[in-house]
Amino acid sequence: MHRFRQNLAHLYMVLFLIFLLAPLVVMSGAAFNESKLPSIVPWRGFTTMWFTEMVQDQRMMVAFANTLWVAVAVAIISIFVGTASAILINSIAGKVRTLLYGLMISTILIPGVVIGISTMILWTKMGNALGTEFFLFNPGLHLSVLGQVSYIAAMVMLLVLARLQSFDAGLEEAALDLGASHTQVMRRILLPHLYPAIGAGAAVAFFQSIENFNVTQFTRGGADTLTVYVFSQVRSGITPTINALAFLLICVTLVLALVYEINRRRRARIEAAREAEARRAEEAML
Amino acid sequence: MQDLLRRYGPGLTLIMALLVAFWLLMLVIIPNMTLFEQSFRPYLPVTEVGGPKDVYSFDNYLKVFDGSIERSFLGYTFSVPVHVLTFWLTIWYSMVVTVLCFCLAYPLAYYMAKIVQPKSLPTLILLLFIPLWVSEVLRAFAWWIILAFKGPLNALLLAVGLIEDPIRWTNMGYTGVVIGLVYTYVLFMLFPIYNAIQSLDTNQIEAAEDLGAPWWKIHWRIVLPHSKPGIASGSVMVFMLSAGSLLVPSILGSTTSQWFTQTINQWFNDALDWNTASAYAFLLLLLCTLFVSLAMWVFRVKLSDIAK
Repeated sequence: MHRFRQNLAHLYMVLFLIFLLAPLVVMSGAAFNESKLPSIVPWRGFTTMWFTEMVQDQRMMVAFANTLWVAVAVAIISIFVGTASAILINSIAGKVRTLLYGLMISTILIPGVVIGISTMILWTKMGNALGTEFFLFNPGLHLSVLGQVSYIAAMVMLLVLARLQSFDAGLEEAALDLGASHTQVMRRILLPHLYPAIGAGAAVAFFQSIENFNVTQFTRGGADTLTVYVFSQVRSGITPTINALAFLLICVTLVLALVYEINRRRRARIEAAREAEARRAEEAML
Repeated sequence: MQDLLRRYGPGLTLIMALLVAFWLLMLVIIPNMTLFEQSFRPYLPVTEVGGPKDVYSFDNYLKVFDGSIERSFLGYTFSVPVHVLTFWLTIWYSMVVTVLCFCLAYPLAYYMAKIVQPKSLPTLILLLFIPLWVSEVLRAFAWWIILAFKGPLNALLLAVGLIEDPIRWTNMGYTGVVIGLVYTYVLFMLFPIYNAIQSLDTNQIEAAEDLGAPWWKIHWRIVLPHSKPGIASGSVMVFMLSAGSLLVPSILGSTTSQWFTQTINQWFNDALDWNTASAYAFLLLLLCTLFVSLAMWVFRVKLSDIAK
């Protein structure tokens, strides 16, 4: 009976993975189908014409470039804001800490629609009040960046804060005692310890920004990002060029995942070899 | 604060404080206050803004009660304002999505924490993460292809012989929306529950087994209570994300499905009435927060459990 239940669990895992991955396979498959509508049935024959059309689709390429710019900007601002917040939160205590922490975390739960509309209204109103035409106060992707940072920074903050828990503050004391300047303490001691978390935060911020639709939809002005473009295409008649793009994005993801996995396995092997060595040495000592 | 000054000096501390202040004030507090203030103002031509007609009122909020339609439920017929109905259905189907996500995620979370070989776990997690890296719009679009009238799902079901005629999936009320939302957000349920179950001592399960507890009782009395914080945070995430989603309902919705965020989008981007859109957005935020707090109170979960 126990065996049976275990096999059932394995089967469930496989089904779950199929549920998660099958849509991606279907979407990639449709990129190679010679049918005007994106689908894999009926199969009209293999073609790569949608890739050529994709490259010629100017609007999509502009949207793609915009998406990357926005994502890079969001990632950069978020790691600065998020890291500063984590360090600040880590060094205070009591009611203020609870309040600030709660406020920061709550941004993750605010619906994107609310963030988008509120960001848009604030900045355009400020522009009106100041009577200026300066680009910062007009709708556009820079407002999308600001809106996205408002909740993505919280994610970075959480990652960095978790990493700070394993930081030995005594190192900073030692450095200060030995005459290091404040900047040196920050740059040579604290930040190197945080780099892995900051790197992970930058990656999370980048991907979250690419994903974002709600905030962008309400702040973008006339500009397109990829999500907005795909969204408008789905509503107004779509061609498999989107599938071609999706296929390429999935390939990039897969390659990154594969590199990560190979790296991890190699590290695990080295670790295991080291452990075995240590065990042998210990036995030899006895 | 003293500590920061001593370690990093006034310059760096000031920079950090400014960054945090910029985030919390300029990107969070002041925008939301502006949204709140704006929601009480009437929608006027630019020339009349600030004029005698620009006074505070609840008019934007009262628009929720405009235009009633007849609905019948359990044999009773009553008239409901359209937007109230939309809002209620949004909440209702977000709950359905949350429950479905839990049912799908719980067995797998348990599997990952207690059954699978620890060696193959990282690979499994990596596989699970792949869809998460592919953008949300593309995932919704993938389901748009799958659920199409002449799409692969109907073709598959016809070939297997489960159905006689193709089904119009995207024309069955909220079916498409629910499927899309479950697919998009199920992982936000999986990982918190996995984290919670992982911290459960396996000896407890074995002790219960040795004492003769059936498998369902082990889950009901040991695993479920232990994973409550994870379930709570997963549910809050999935519920808020679903209720706030605009993309999935717009792409996978049918002619008879309307999500509250779509209504907000229509006010904002079609009617260009930002003030009413603000009022509706504020209502969404307020009522969802209230609803989540209520649910947490009913299930006796504290906020501190969730923020772990």
